[in-house]
Amino acid sequence: MMELSIIWSILIAQIMLGLAMAFAFFRMVRGPRAQDRILGLDTLYINAMLMLLTFGIRTANTLYFESALIVALIGFVSSIAFGKFLMRGEIIE
Amino acid sequence: MSHLTDLPVWAAILVCGLTLLGAAITLIGSVGLLRFTSFYERLHAPTLATSGGVILICAASIICFAVLQSRWVFHEILIIVFVLVTTPVTLMLLGQAALYRDRVKEKRGVPLKQRPPREEPTE
Repeated sequence: MMELSIIWSILIAQIMLGLAMAFAFFRMVRGPRAQDRILGLDTLYINAMLMLLTFGIRTANTLYFESALIVALIGFVSSIAFGKFLMRGEIIE
Repeated sequence: MSHLTDLPVWAAILVCGLTLLGAAITLIGSVGLLRFTSFYERLHAPTLATSGGVILICAASIICFAVLQSRWVFHEILIIVFVLVTTPVTLMLLGQAALYRDRVKEKRGVPLKQRPPREEPTE
């Protein structure tokens, strides 16, 4: 019984996170300016990491947690690189 | 689903509630990212996901696997610390870049750069 409720609540949480990912993706595609797109990409990374964590709770597989850690790390590095590029690109203009 | 059946009732309720709450907070943050009108307002919305969502979902995972004692809960603590440390850095850099770009384009409503106070001649 409790097992079923955990499975259902994780499923609902995954649907919510999927919606959140869709919104962030929409902002990334639609964003009026470059910084909006980068912000959308950063949010997309965080939401994907949370999705991996919910998969990890459901299957009890250590691989999901390690991949979540790596996704968080790569998202941070890419956002920093894009932010730096924004500032440098404007200087060259 | 063999590992979830061994979970006692209180832990199951906690895991359910924390997971749902974390996902809901993340969803609210993303809706804010979608709906706000200017970039400087939008910059605030995803922090809801990065603080509330990450802490709550990692707490659910910590409770689940600490009660079951099936594995060492080190990844979640590492994820929480890493995300909480790096998010302000990213968002401050993005805000700085956006402010710089807006100043170059001379958009209205953007605060101007403060000049350093001029040193007055003493004599």
